[in-house]
Amino acid sequence: MLRRLHSEQPDSFAFTDLNQKWAEAQITKYPEGRQASAVIPLLWRAQEQEGWVSKPAIEYIADMLGMAYIRVLEVASFYFMFQLQPTGSVAHVQICGTTSCMICGAEDLIAICREKIADKPFTLSTDGKFTWEEVECLGACTNAPMAQIGKDYYEDLTAEGFSKMLDDLAAGKEVVPGPQNGRYAAEPKSGLTSLTEYEAGKPQYNASAALATDIKDGVKRIQGDEVPILTPWVKDGVVAGRAAAAPTPKAPEAPKPAVKQAEEAKKAAAADVAEKEPEVLKAARDGKPDDLKLLKGVGPKLEETLNELGFFHFDQVAAWTEAEVAWVDSRLKFKGRIERDGWIEQAKKLAAGEETEFAKRAKDDGIYDE
Amino acid sequence: MLKDQDRIFTNLYGMHDRTLKGAQARGHWDGTAGLVQKGRDWIIQTMKDSGLRGRGGAGFPTGLKWSFMPKESDGRPAYLVINADESEPGTCKDREIMRHDPHTLIEGALIASFAMNAHTCYIYLRGEYIREREALQAAIDEAYDSGLLGKNAAGSGWDFDVFLHHGAGAYICGEETALIESLEGKKGMPRMKPPFPAGAGLYGCPTTVNNVESIAVVPTILRRGADWFAGFGRPNNAGTKLFAISGHVNNPCVVEEAMSISFEELIEKHCGGIRGGWDNLLAVIPGGSSVPCVRGENMRDAIMDFDYLRNDLGSGLGTAAVIVMDKQTDIIKAIWRLSKFYKHESCGQCTPCREGTGWMMRVMDRLVKGEAEPEEIDMLWDVTKQVEGHTICALGDAAAWPIQGLIRNFREEIEDRIKAQKSGRMGAMAAE
Repeated sequence: MLRRLHSEQPDSFAFTDLNQKWAEAQITKYPEGRQASAVIPLLWRAQEQEGWVSKPAIEYIADMLGMAYIRVLEVASFYFMFQLQPTGSVAHVQICGTTSCMICGAEDLIAICREKIADKPFTLSTDGKFTWEEVECLGACTNAPMAQIGKDYYEDLTAEGFSKMLDDLAAGKEVVPGPQNGRYAAEPKSGLTSLTEYEAGKPQYNASAALATDIKDGVKRIQGDEVPILTPWVKDGVVAGRAAAAPTPKAPEAPKPAVKQAEEAKKAAAADVAEKEPEVLKAARDGKPDDLKLLKGVGPKLEETLNELGFFHFDQVAAWTEAEVAWVDSRLKFKGRIERDGWIEQAKKLAAGEETEFAKRAKDDGIYDE
Repeated sequence: MLKDQDRIFTNLYGMHDRTLKGAQARGHWDGTAGLVQKGRDWIIQTMKDSGLRGRGGAGFPTGLKWSFMPKESDGRPAYLVINADESEPGTCKDREIMRHDPHTLIEGALIASFAMNAHTCYIYLRGEYIREREALQAAIDEAYDSGLLGKNAAGSGWDFDVFLHHGAGAYICGEETALIESLEGKKGMPRMKPPFPAGAGLYGCPTTVNNVESIAVVPTILRRGADWFAGFGRPNNAGTKLFAISGHVNNPCVVEEAMSISFEELIEKHCGGIRGGWDNLLAVIPGGSSVPCVRGENMRDAIMDFDYLRNDLGSGLGTAAVIVMDKQTDIIKAIWRLSKFYKHESCGQCTPCREGTGWMMRVMDRLVKGEAEPEEIDMLWDVTKQVEGHTICALGDAAAWPIQGLIRNFREEIEDRIKAQKSGRMGAMAAE
């Protein structure tokens, strides 16, 4: 499936203050330098806040985690739960369509979505309240057919029940999630066949439905104030398990984002050193030029060029200043080579009569011998 | 039938108190420090003796897996990662553990992590399980507040953290190395093995990835003894197991039963029988979408364990997610839907899988309608054979097997449909 950024993007994105706090709390779950691990939870919170994941949100989270934009975009487009286009203002309805649900009637639910919301998935309904899609197995197969709306699973659905549920949601009425056929959770519908001991005193709802009815945030845009932000693993600034173990190896250094590289290159170019012509010789002193080929990076061709420019000796090369390097550089065909190969350092050693590794190899192997 | 006192997940349906207090009343977190203090070797040996095989689908012996972890740190920390990315179609067992009996998992995480020298455990939960995440996190918070996690966890002398992490809707992240990639904040694309996670896994450190159920049964096994657990099921298929039965039974449910229970007993005792009676049973997928389907008549006496389903029926126990289909089911379409699933979920890294899953789905598309030539059945078989075994991870195999199962067991149905389409008559079968 083709997943790309939406054609219309908002100008900016920012977490609400509490969502920002929540996001920072998530990062403490991961070892130092491994904060990229938090990318999925953070993108998810951005979607919970806005209803979908926009380009500014991706960039915001990339900056927050020190990741390249492309890495975060990759994640956002790889994982199907991230909606890359605006969704319904009330809810995005996800019908599980995989085999268990399909053979129990998921196609009827999809037909209702087609009729009530929009003929095509990911399309806003005319009132803008809903979008829908068919998703792959949601893992509530014994409660098939089922749908996820917002945070909640609505299970054991019938076509009529589902249709009414959409109306209720549109009208802002409360709908209790969980099984819609009188079942409690995943037990046999006709009565318990095991674990009968606790049936009498059971709480009103199963764990999922209980959370939904307590917090009442099933289809809400999340602001961060719904539940307290807790980090019980941090005690006095220390995470006990992490402190007890050896430190986690550092992440390999990520290349800088292309935008940043370009910015830096621009800055560097602006600060370009003015060229200055170094002192040159007409010919080698005493007619005995040094073998400049012993510099790593200088071959016969470059040696000739250097000779033409008026350089014959290591000490000349060794004495180049920054401005002079710039002058030579602009006259060579390989810009930046002097610095890259460290000619000046090499030349200093050779001028002082020392060996460099390359020079030794060049002599021993006779690589420039005829 | 398994007695309630032999069930490990005593609050599977969430009808008892779901808090820490309730869990303790049911016997969890009892003498955890004592179990830890018996030492690493004792724990691993007991797990080996119990015969527990991984509950995530592959059935690899859990104790043996743990023993692959380095005994001493070489300067890197070790990690336990719990695979709660329950996405195999048909499977919905771990969900019940996490929302209704979460303390079995948290206690298991502490003991298992200690056994493999890990101070940190990450639980990777599938993104769609949002309420389950909240329920599990609440249980973790409770455990921290009661000193069962954190410094000197549960008085065991072991400093230990559990962090709950989640994905965002990618089946492939149930594959252990894809899960690790995802946990590192990348696309969930499986890594080449070796190196195996026990050598270099999460953040390049020794890591073991275990299924939720495998970890959650650990404390009870250690408390009640390896012999108790090994006493259920046939040899090499020990223990109790969560079965999730969906589809055309009268009462679909998740239930804990002894391994090696017969299919008939499982369905009759817990599911109220097959919809329309046993004669109406068409086919069963006994272990989640990735295993081949089995014809109904072969299934009635089947023994639900790893070895019988694999050796005698050419299928598998997988995650024990039983999908039952009665004779009103369009079996070709049911398997086509699985092909669509695998096409959707292929991560795109290996060409045979990325392209093959699409080919297989498109051929299946036409078989559903009958708009194909009979030779295409063999062609499809060939394609499945060329995908199978030619990919980095097992998703390619998993996509191929359901189709192979269909062709092996229901070739006639496919041929009949093609014939009917050609002759313009429905029910070519009746005309023969």
